[in-house]
Formats: sequence, structure tokens, C-alpha cells
Amino acid sequence: MNFIGIMEDEKKLAAFEAKIASGQKIEPKDWMPEAYRKQLIRMMSQHAHSEIVGMLPEGNWITRAPNLRRKAILLAKVQDEAGHGLYLYSATETLGIDRTELLDQLHTGKAKYSSIFNYPTLTWADIGAIGWLVDGAAIMNQTALARGSYGPYSRAMVRICKEESFHNRQGYEIMMHLAQGTPEQKAMAQDALNRWWWPSIMMLGPSDDQSPNSDQLMRWKVKMESNDAIRQRFIDRTVPQADFIGLSIPDKDLKFNEQTGHYEHGPINWEEFFEVIKGNGPCNAKRLKARNDADKKGRWVRDAAMAYAEKKKAKAA
Amino acid sequence: MTDTQWPVWEVFVQANPGIPHKHVGNVHAADAEMAIQNARDVYTRRSEGISIWVVPANSISASSPEDQGSFFEPSNDKPYRHPTFYKIPEGVKYL
Amino acid sequence: MTLQQAKFQYLLRLGDSSLIIGHRLSEWCGSGPILEEDIALINIALDFVGNATAFLGYAATVEGNGRTEDDLAYLRNEREFRNLLITEQPNGDYASTITRQFLYDVYTYYLYDALKSSKDETIAALATKSHKEITYHLRHTTEWMYRLGDGTAESHERMQNAMNDLWMFTGEMFDMDEVDQTLIKEGVAPDLNKIKEQWEAHVKPVIAEATLQIPSYNFKQKGSREGKHSEHLGFLLAEMQSVHRAFPDAKW
Repeated sequence: MNFIGIMEDEKKLAAFEAKIASGQKIEPKDWMPEAYRKQLIRMMSQHAHSEIVGMLPEGNWITRAPNLRRKAILLAKVQDEAGHGLYLYSATETLGIDRTELLDQLHTGKAKYSSIFNYPTLTWADIGAIGWLVDGAAIMNQTALARGSYGPYSRAMVRICKEESFHNRQGYEIMMHLAQGTPEQKAMAQDALNRWWWPSIMMLGPSDDQSPNSDQLMRWKVKMESNDAIRQRFIDRTVPQADFIGLSIPDKDLKFNEQTGHYEHGPINWEEFFEVIKGNGPCNAKRLKARNDADKKGRWVRDAAMAYAEKKKAKAA
Repeated sequence: MTDTQWPVWEVFVQANPGIPHKHVGNVHAADAEMAIQNARDVYTRRSEGISIWVVPANSISASSPEDQGSFFEPSNDKPYRHPTFYKIPEGVKYL
Repeated sequence: MTLQQAKFQYLLRLGDSSLIIGHRLSEWCGSGPILEEDIALINIALDFVGNATAFLGYAATVEGNGRTEDDLAYLRNEREFRNLLITEQPNGDYASTITRQFLYDVYTYYLYDALKSSKDETIAALATKSHKEITYHLRHTTEWMYRLGDGTAESHERMQNAMNDLWMFTGEMFDMDEVDQTLIKEGVAPDLNKIKEQWEAHVKPVIAEATLQIPSYNFKQKGSREGKHSEHLGFLLAEMQSVHRAFPDAKW
């Protein structure tokens, strides 16, 4: 790029940053720095993939839900996840990348999705734990993102947050029933909390000292809050909820600090987190295979629908 | 045939009678009937609508951000297009 | 057979068929051919679970022994289920799922339309609500019959195979026994001979337009009226009932 080109870009960048600073949204056709576009595609598609992969561990239990009411609720919830994946892919597509390519990145393992969905759902109580903890943590993150600068992403987040609040509640309700149920049920609930607690607080991302170049992303309102800040809020809200139903958080170092008004937690096993991200979690291979199988199995259906649509169009012409 | 996720259709939903259809997002679909059905399943799960329009995304033409100045600013200096521009003496009715 | 006994059996037929086909559809969750269709299938499954809950709930009320819809769904054995054989057939490929759904949707479309004027007010009210859902399901599955039947050579072949496999389960949908006779006399349920005529008049032109053939064999499977099912049902119930049965005293 020549000198004048660079000057032009600097002017555009200044205007872009001023717009964001004044609280305006960036829309798809507006000029944006390449780094902004790339970062958004990465974040948004990762978010979309998480919704779709997230259907799998929960989908596991639809056919075994313990009563008809729970079955209907779980179906509705998993359907919402699919819908949220769709909103997010659609918002990502406004950045000039199509869904076929985004899915290809997922299927080939090039794109990531939330680490949490690489853990297995072993009992019915896990469905409660996911709604309560995983959706609870996700909502913390998503309400922050709803204030972000990119219009389509922020609007998708608003819609998603509105729909997700029922997910969080139904999860807690499942846990409450179990905690107040038979001794076996209570043990099942505690076991689920034990297994999902740490992965849930890890899913909010590496701690601030390990999360690079956040400054620019904060200024561009791509990221709204630091991982540690969101994590702290999640813990502060969740611990009393556990106390209320008589379940204990599996962290022997957890204590309330009267001075700060916050809970202090024990050390997080980041080694485990990075292993799971790298693909070495208990279910990474299984989840990826399930998505790939569905895609391959669906190929002839997608082809047939297109072929039929073209045939009909040709007939009408 | 190359694999596709089908064409994109923009979705407009009318929430109640008497108000305009509003853009809510998009869906992928092989044909118009499928686009309407998909829009119904995706965007009206919680009784958000009573009518749906779908339009192939590539049929929409739009103004661009650079046009903003020349398109929309000229109307800023024509306040006489708004009723509040005119002062009417107190006591005069039905104007 | 008393009216009450006949009604109970009849409500089980309606509720069980919804429960089982809804279960089959829910098995697609997360593995549909495209995201939009995943959402559509879950939507339809959800309608069926709601329908099953309503009809089994009413069956429990009619029976009057203090059982609930959950007791009926989770604590009966294979031989006590009254769902149609077609509803328990495995999903297979997408062609099988669509064909199964289409043949069943047309059936319930006319059956529930008739039940809207049942002399039993609860049945009439439930049928009125369900008929709207079924009208939508049928629209969805009919379009897919055309797309896949007349899509590509591969999709056509898969659809024809599905039709050949599933056609044999359509006969028993119209079987009538003492339960039906008792209810027809009281104006509670319709004569299935009439539903059969409507069903045939509806499916034939759609199958033809989808460029498919109705199989030439005349043999039809039967048995669900007496709870004689295919081998598939036992596995389905084992899965569906596993948590509920493992914790007999639990509330969820």
C-alpha cells in the first residue's frame, strides 16, 4: 500500500474508533480494520460452534429424561441452542464468510468451540448442572457481549440472552429437585456439581495474565470485560445458590472475603484447560466425529433439496 | 455438485396486526416454501409473529455507508417539513 | 367392554403413538442434515411429546386408578403399549424418517379431524389443538416427499427403498376391533374405513408427484392393537424408561 493509502486507512481507523467510543454500533458495510473483522469471525464462529456442539451432550439425555415434563423442557432447550447457533452463524456471515466455510473449519478441527462440551454427561443430574452452571457462566459472558460494538453480534446476543434465562432456571430447578429428593438423587446432584464446577469456571477463559492483547479488543468493544472479572461475578452469584439447596462447591479453599465482598477460590487447574483446548479432553474426538458424521450423512439430503429447487425453477421459467 | 448450506433468505416478521414487518435475521433454505417454514421454526418459537416474509438475500439492494452524507443530510435543513416548524396562535383548533 | 375400558384403550393408542414417534424424532437431535432441519425436527418432536402428555394424562383420568401420564409412559412394559407399529420403526436414513412421518401424518390429519367432533369433549378439545400442529407437520413432510422423491437419483432410490420398507406398516392403522365398535356407537371415535378412504386419496397423488411407486405387495403387518410389536420397541422403552425405573421412589 502506498503512502496515501496508509494515510487514508489511518483516517478511517480514527473515525472507526471514535464511532465506537461514542457508543455507536459498527454495521456490516461500514469500514473496519482487518484485525477487527478477523477477531470477530474467530469469536463469533467459535460461539456458534459451541452452541451446535453443545447440543450433543444434552441431546444425549432427551430420550432418557425421567418424566414427560422434563423431556419437553429439555427438547425446547436444545432446540434453542440450535436456534442460537443459527443466529450466530448468520451474524458471522455478515462479515463476508459463508456458513459452508465456517462449518468446514469446525469439521476439520481448525476452529475451536467451548472447552466445556468436551466433558461427558454421565447422569441425569448433569443436565441440571449444565443448565445451572454452564448456561449460568455463558449468560455472564453473553450479557457483557450484548454491549459490544458489532451490530449483528450484539443484536444476536440480546436475543440469545432473553431466551437463555429459562435455561439457567430449569437447570437450577432440576438440581433443586434432586437435592431435596432421595439420598441417591442428592448424591447424584452433588456428584454432578463436583464434576462440572471446575470446567464451568474454566470455560470463561484463561486468567487475565495469560490472555494477551486484550487492550485493543476492549477499546474496540469486541471484548467487554476481562475473563477474571466475569469469572468472579459468576462465582459470587453461584456459591449462595449452591448453599441454598444444600450442595457444596468442590473447592476446599473457597472463602468469602468480608472486606472485598467477593469469594476467593482455590487454584484453577489450567493445565487441564489447555489440554482440553488442544483436543485432549474426554470427548473431543467423539464430539467432532458426531458433527462430521451428521454433515456427511446429510450431504445427499442437501443436494436433493437443491436439485429439486432448480428443477422446479427451470420448469417455471 | 458442490456441497452447500443452501442460499440465504432474509426474514421479516410481523409481530401484531397493523404494524409493519420487521427484519429479524435470516435462514438458509433451498426454496421459498422451505425458507418460510424455517423462518417460522427459528424466529417464532415464542409466539413472536403472525406473518412472515422471506426474501432471497441476494435480491436485496442497499445504500452504502459512504452515501450517508449525500443521501440523508440534505433533509436536515428542511425543518419546514415538520409540523412543529409552524407557530399557531393559542385557541386555534384542529390544525 | 364398557365405554370406560374402550376409551382407556383408545387413549393409549393415541398417546402411545405420539410418544413413540416423538421419541424417534428426538433421536435426530444434533444430527439432522442441516441446522434448520434439526430445529424443525425438534419442533415436531416437541409437539408429539405435548400431545402424548395430554392424551396419556386423560387416559389416566379415565382409568381412575390414581396413575399419572408418567406412570403410563414409564412403567408399562412392551406388551402393554398400543402405539402403531409404524411409529416405532427406526429412523434409518432421512428418507425413511420422512416417509414414515408422511404416511403417519396423513393418517393423523384425517383421524384428528374426525375426532374434533367426538362426543367426548376432552377428546374433541385435544384433537382440535393437535390438528393445527398436524396440519403444519404434514405441510413440512409433504414438501420433503417431493424434494427427496424427485431430487437426485440417489435421493429417489433411498425414498423408494423407504417406501418399500414402510408400506407394510400402514395396513393396521385402519384395523378396528371391539374398542372401536364401542366408541363408534357412542360417537366418541370415527369409523376407520372412512379415514382409510381419505388417507388413500391423499397419499396416492403425493407419492405419484414425488415420482415414487407404491409397492406391489399386499402383505401388511399387524399387531399393535394387541400390543404385539416389532423387536424395536423393547430397546426404545429400555432407553426411555431407564432413569425413571432406576429410581422408583424419586420425584423429578
